[in-house]
Parts: sequence; structure tokens; C-alpha cells
Amino acid sequence: MYITERNKKYNAYVEAKMPKTKPWPSLFRAFWVGGLICCLGELIKDLCLYFFPYMTIADAYAWALIILILLASFLTGVGIFDKIGAYAGAGTIVPITGFSNSIASPALEFKREGLVFGLMSKMFVIAGPVIVTGVVSSIVVGLIYLIFNL
Amino acid sequence: MFDPLMYVKVFAIGGLVCLIGQLLIITTKMTSARILVTFLLFGVVLEALKLFEPIREFAGAGISVPIIGFGASLAHGAISAGETMGLLGVLTGGLTATAGGIAVAIFAGYIFGLIFNSKTK
Repeated sequence: MYITERNKKYNAYVEAKMPKTKPWPSLFRAFWVGGLICCLGELIKDLCLYFFPYMTIADAYAWALIILILLASFLTGVGIFDKIGAYAGAGTIVPITGFSNSIASPALEFKREGLVFGLMSKMFVIAGPVIVTGVVSSIVVGLIYLIFNL
Repeated sequence: MFDPLMYVKVFAIGGLVCLIGQLLIITTKMTSARILVTFLLFGVVLEALKLFEPIREFAGAGISVPIIGFGASLAHGAISAGETMGLLGVLTGGLTATAGGIAVAIFAGYIFGLIFNSKTK
């Protein structure tokens, strides 16, 4: 009773203190940065197919993702990704760059807590839930297809 | 290849997906981990309903670069390996299909984590 009352007050306090971001500009920023990252992926795919004509389209898309992941990790390392992320919000989180950043960023942040319990384990603070969700749900879907022979 | 119209579609759909993500952040105050999980699940569902492939043919990287594409290839791997290998395929297919992305993200995160130091704010 007391705790819910206190939490409500605290939330109201946080609400009042939080910097107000106007929704429309942030939506627009997420749109154009996100769109641009996807175009970069499409460009890498096209370049792969241009230089390696025998590559399959699926492989070319896989390379596009791998290069975007590498790029996002590197930009996280040099500290540029955080600046782009602060500007674009979901524009950098929703593409695969967000997954890559969610691994590289805690790796950097928790390095000082040691190599094993810092860097290596904290890497999966966000990526862990993502991988768990993905594996569990894909197995469920696969089982449904297997059982009902769709 | 290098079709300008395709790039317009990629930009529009990819941007729209990110805009929906930003809308979720604003309206529900979701953290980035929840956003990633939500979009991943959405991708799995799209693939399960066989809707992902037609969207990808239309929008290319606009739908496969967002984490939706990651979820879809997990589900696609489990479904297609299940058809050829049965139960074992269902268990191994998802991670096999996405192993490249996960491995590179871990490898790059580790290497760059060692090389660079976090910027103190």
C-alpha cells in the first residue's frame, strides 16, 4: 500500500524531471537514419552481387548483415555510434546495428570489471534475451510446422 | 542490381519499421532490449505466417536489415531444416541460419571491446 503510493509519487517526479522530447522530430530522425542504414545494407548486397556474380542473393544479404554488424561494433568502439544513437533513437536500435551495439557497448563498459565476469558475461546483457527469445520461438514454430506437416 | 526504385522502397520500408520502433519507445517507454525482443518476435511470426518472403521480395534490405529479418531467418531455418531433417533440424536449423550474424557480433564485440576503452561521459 505504502510502497505503491511511494512508487506513484516517484514516477510522477521522474516524469517531471525527464527532458521532454518532442515526438515528431524524433520520429522523423528515426525514419531517415533507419531508412539510410537499410539502404546501406541493400548497397552492400548489390556490391557483393556485382563483384561476385555467382554469389546467391541469400548469401549476399548475409554478407550485408555481417558488414553492418562489424561496422556498428567498430563505431561503438570509437564512440561514434552512441552519438548517432542519441540522435536517431530507434533508427539505430531496430536495424541489426542495434543488436551489434547491444553486444559491443556493455563489452566496453564492463571491461574494467574483468575479462570473464566483466567483458565476456556482460556482453549478453541485452543480446542474451534476444537470442533466448529467438531460439525458443523458432523451435516452437518449427515444431508446429513439423507436427502439422504444413 | 543497383535499381533506384528498389532503394526508394528499401528506404521507405526500413524507415517505416524504425519509425514504428521510435513510436513504441515514445508511447510505452520500452527499453532498447524490449524493442529488439518485440521486433524479433514479430519477424518470427511473419515467417511462420509465410508473409516475410513476399515482403522481402518487395522491400529487400528494408525488411531484412531490421532485427525482424533476424527473427525471420531463425524461424525459416527451423522450419526448412525441420522438413529435411525432422526433429533434429527443428532444433539446429534456427541457430545454423543465423550463426554468421551471432558469431560476427560476438567476435567483433570481443575484439573491439579489448582494443577500445569506454569513453567516460
